[in-house]
Amino acid sequence: MVLKLHGLPMSTSTTRVMICLHEKGLDFELVPVDLFARENKQPLFLAKNPFGQVPVLEDGDLTLFESRAITAYLAEKYKDSRNDLIRHESLNESAMVKVWSEVESHEYDPVVSQIVHQHFVAPMIGKTSDQTVIDENLEKLGKVLDVYETRLSNTKYLAGDFFSLADLHHLPYTFYFMKTPWASILNDRPHVKAWWEDISSRPAFEKVAVGMVFGEK
Amino acid sequence: MATPVKVYGPPMSTALSRVLACLHEKDVEFQLIPINMSKGDHKKPEFLKIQPFGQVPAFQDESITLFESRSICRYICEKHAEKGNKRLYGTNPLEKASIDQWIEAEGQSFNPPSSTLVFQLAFAPRMKLKQDPKAIKQNEDKLQKVLEVYEKRLGESRFLAGDEFSLADLSHLPNTQYLVTAANRAEIFTSKQNVGRWWDEISSRDSWKKVVEMQKSS
Repeated sequence: MVLKLHGLPMSTSTTRVMICLHEKGLDFELVPVDLFARENKQPLFLAKNPFGQVPVLEDGDLTLFESRAITAYLAEKYKDSRNDLIRHESLNESAMVKVWSEVESHEYDPVVSQIVHQHFVAPMIGKTSDQTVIDENLEKLGKVLDVYETRLSNTKYLAGDFFSLADLHHLPYTFYFMKTPWASILNDRPHVKAWWEDISSRPAFEKVAVGMVFGEK
Repeated sequence: MATPVKVYGPPMSTALSRVLACLHEKDVEFQLIPINMSKGDHKKPEFLKIQPFGQVPAFQDESITLFESRSICRYICEKHAEKGNKRLYGTNPLEKASIDQWIEAEGQSFNPPSSTLVFQLAFAPRMKLKQDPKAIKQNEDKLQKVLEVYEKRLGESRFLAGDEFSLADLSHLPNTQYLVTAANRAEIFTSKQNVGRWWDEISSRDSWKKVVEMQKSS
């Protein structure tokens, strides 16, 4: 039975899952959800995700929402195929994957998502972009990336010397962030820059990046 | 005999109490190492070595140091799957996926508005900081919307991830405790039948009562 992913190819949370699917070499069907027509707020979709957000994964009888729970599930179910994104054979390594996945969730995402939303999404939905919000979050982002810079001068990837879900989760928003006028915040930090160039050139990501078209006419 | 794990931080910290609740549920011995945040202990170099973002809690288990409360909880559950409450993180991948889903929902949807309200209503007055009425209203509205989703969910299953208490419910204990008992916002929860029933059940667990005792006596 084929995995079904409900979402859109330019949505950061949907692409977070798509990258994981490609990393594991899994076939799936992308079922578009018309966010502009508020399909995600209709009862049929709410039955799959009561929060009315994309993505949703259907795997046989199992329906899951929250992109990071979905990637964790896929990485575990298919842990023996291709790269082990969760380091399941080492309790300590898998613990570090968990730590840096939480860091992405709670320290990085809230900050970088604000910048991407204000710069790309606000104009798309007819709102003016709020420079104060952008500026506040650029400052916060600098501080977070200072921690990353130190970390990545000790290890090749965030959780250790191995690519993992912790790095993968950063790909979607960072891709869009690098298209804003403020990419230098990342590029000015050499270890972060090297890490970004490495993870964003992975074939699984390149396949998904093709559909990530915010900010392009 | 294993060395007790070390948890660094003040008991009143919501994120720290999330970890303590998990340790109690799993019957894992721990040593609480106080961190005096008003003296800036959490920004000192020795602490930044184990928690580079300068936040609490930090955690040490023999040679490994961890931070981010939800990852610490998952680690404790995986390392000690056979101890204490064996069903806390599910007993098979499908149960675990559902629990992870609701831990994410807590982290992404419940935590932002509830932690802002905890800060504004419970901590700011104690710290003699000015409250922001606009932020309070906005986050009350957001929290209401989230709890409407919970109300429906908890009418379908006893706990968030299924019919057993899990890490997903546990994750909600710290912020809700403050909102209900120290911020005069019990009504947001108790006015909803299923949410009210759920809160009563999860907050009366022995593990949580022990954490609350620790917070009161610190």
